[in-house]
Amino acid sequence: MRVALFVTCINDMLHPRTGQAVVALLERLGVEVGFPAEQSCCGQPQYNTGYRHATEPLVRRFDRAFRDYEYVVTPSGSCAAMVRDNYSRIGAKAAAEGRGRGLIDAAAVAVPKTYELTEFLVDVLKVEDVGAYYPHTVTYHPTCHGLRILGLGDRPRRLLEHVKGLELRELPGAEECCGFGGTFAVKNPAVSAAMGADKVRNVIGTGAEAVCAVDNSCLLHIGGTLTRQGSAVRPVHIAEILASTEGSAW
Amino acid sequence: MSGTYLGMPAFPRAAEMSTRDTQLRANLTHATHTIRDKRAKAVAELDDWAQLRAAGAALKDRTLRHLDHYLERLEAAVTAAGGQVHWAADADEANRIVTRLVRETGETEVVKVKSMATQEIGLNEALAEAGIRAYETDLAELIVQLGHDLPSHILVPAIHRNRSEIRDIFRREMGSWGRPAPEGLTDSPAELAEAARLHLREKFLSAKVGISGANFMVAETGTLVVVESEGNGRMCLTLPETLISVVGIEKVVPSWQDLEVFLQLLPRSSTAERMNPYTSMWTGTTDGDGPRTFHLVLLDNGRTDTLADTVGRQALRCIRCSACLNVCPVYERAGGHAYGSPYPGPIGAILTPQLRGMEGSLEASLPYASSLCGACYEVCPVAIDIPEVLVHLRERVVEGGPVTRGGARTVLKPAKGHAAERAAMRAAAWAFDHPDALRSGMRLAARTRRLHPQRLPGPGRAWSRTRDLPTVPAESFRDWWQRTRGTASERGIWPEHGTSSEQRGDAE
Repeated sequence: MRVALFVTCINDMLHPRTGQAVVALLERLGVEVGFPAEQSCCGQPQYNTGYRHATEPLVRRFDRAFRDYEYVVTPSGSCAAMVRDNYSRIGAKAAAEGRGRGLIDAAAVAVPKTYELTEFLVDVLKVEDVGAYYPHTVTYHPTCHGLRILGLGDRPRRLLEHVKGLELRELPGAEECCGFGGTFAVKNPAVSAAMGADKVRNVIGTGAEAVCAVDNSCLLHIGGTLTRQGSAVRPVHIAEILASTEGSAW
Repeated sequence: MSGTYLGMPAFPRAAEMSTRDTQLRANLTHATHTIRDKRAKAVAELDDWAQLRAAGAALKDRTLRHLDHYLERLEAAVTAAGGQVHWAADADEANRIVTRLVRETGETEVVKVKSMATQEIGLNEALAEAGIRAYETDLAELIVQLGHDLPSHILVPAIHRNRSEIRDIFRREMGSWGRPAPEGLTDSPAELAEAARLHLREKFLSAKVGISGANFMVAETGTLVVVESEGNGRMCLTLPETLISVVGIEKVVPSWQDLEVFLQLLPRSSTAERMNPYTSMWTGTTDGDGPRTFHLVLLDNGRTDTLADTVGRQALRCIRCSACLNVCPVYERAGGHAYGSPYPGPIGAILTPQLRGMEGSLEASLPYASSLCGACYEVCPVAIDIPEVLVHLRERVVEGGPVTRGGARTVLKPAKGHAAERAAMRAAAWAFDHPDALRSGMRLAARTRRLHPQRLPGPGRAWSRTRDLPTVPAESFRDWWQRTRGTASERGIWPEHGTSSEQRGDAE
């Protein structure tokens, strides 16, 4: 099976280890991973801030980069949600504005083959025990787009529950937004910080060593709040937990 | 703060002030979490909730598509039943009509049923200017009115107040509006309710004019419907001689059969009850029973303009249940007043800019008053995709575009203050579409990472005030991929950029 990794711009620039973890994990599971270098950003920051037209070249680029692959796998619930929930919308609006059906066609190709990592593992590879070993206490934050747009349900939890050595701690108020929200964090800093503070208080309250999620953007906000408060709780992407084995800690 | 929303600061500034109010946040967190948990249980009791929700959305959409037809049917039915129908294009016209109708009765006092439409148009203030005193009779509205305050929640307008604050307001203010609070009033709920009951009873028995809104209007029979918990509305609807109902035109439903859907959706979503304690319905006038004169004021006030927007119009499905407020993490921290309108929370963030237009700085800031977490869409009983409308309105803010105002098509200019952001977004989109340039930038960032400040100037300051910035890694993913598996990459291997020795340098 040939799978393209859509690493996402945030992971590319700030969290390369997450991308490397996805590669290690998928290859361990017998998947051939390609990285089309033509890829860049899904366009979510622009789209969600109101710059829909600026996202159109990125939709075309996504189509070009991943056209030859059967599956596109991304370690980001929110970037997967951008493709799945908004690409068709962007295409329809462009067509309504008289710019042809090109983006509709691009979206029709991209949407069905784009998977967030945990749903790819559970739904396509049909695996819940990926042979991981992670001897730490972990609490899981289900990110909003993974939870409500993709409907990931308990897939990430099922994967975590099969990790040897891992002790999962319940996170109170888990389904509440952490307050990142892309440019929301900058446009409404007071509310964003208040939401982040409440999330972090709940995280610290679990006593876990690490807080885990399917999105590094949310973890960037949670982690930045944690370290500013002097907390030792580590933010860690689920891919890095799943990539860890007894032979090599990630 | 009293009486009017004019001159409210833009949302981020208002919210910055309210997030510092720890008492407010404690009150709101307690109230919204209690009601959201109860709602989830009430909704889970129905195994056909998803179908009910879809039916509610479809009924509303179909009615909105043929709104002119159903409003004319409604007018004919109300008139045939002995009522009089008045059409108000905007708030001023509605206020003028109601003021004239009250003056014609010769009265200077009216009792009011809790109504969002009259809050929206500022009716109490308009009546006060005409020398007419309007008494709110809903317990929470009474608390807001006595406290010279503004409502901060659709269902529970005084949600931002706790019991001891309410006791103080009752003790201080009741005397100047009518029957004073009993001596030694405590903050026990039973005593507070009894004080309100005694105070209001005087008003019900003396008032000759009642003013209400309506939750629904049934086109086929001209019947109006109010659902409530306390029964104070029913007192106002039945005791006065004249009843004036001010209702938004989107509240019409075609038939009684449609109520079957909405009377299940509304109470479970709003109060987490299977059925609301009081459902009052009235059709025109009846000799010897209830008001002898009935006026219906049909309020547009931006609604047909909203209807003209094919994405934004879904906001008109709203049945004012407030479920979206109770699950919204932004509402919970910012409080209702920050939204600068009687419609706070997620629904307010999409309804207010559409009803009022987006030229004002408050209205232009409201579409951004959300992290797009989607909790509001999940609970909405008529499936309004609030995040979709928020993003749609954000596009109006930053790019402008065609809108309908006052019934005419016009082109909205981009809002001021977004020029730098627009330039940054375009630059980012350009860079993301030119990976060579992007890669150079990333390498530069990696090389200079020891020089990066921990606190940022400009817009970035908002981030670094409470959060540490991430550290830029020595090597991007794509550089790592090329360094370790360069030839495996199918396309665009960046031949024009960098040598392998440079990359090793980057990787340290």
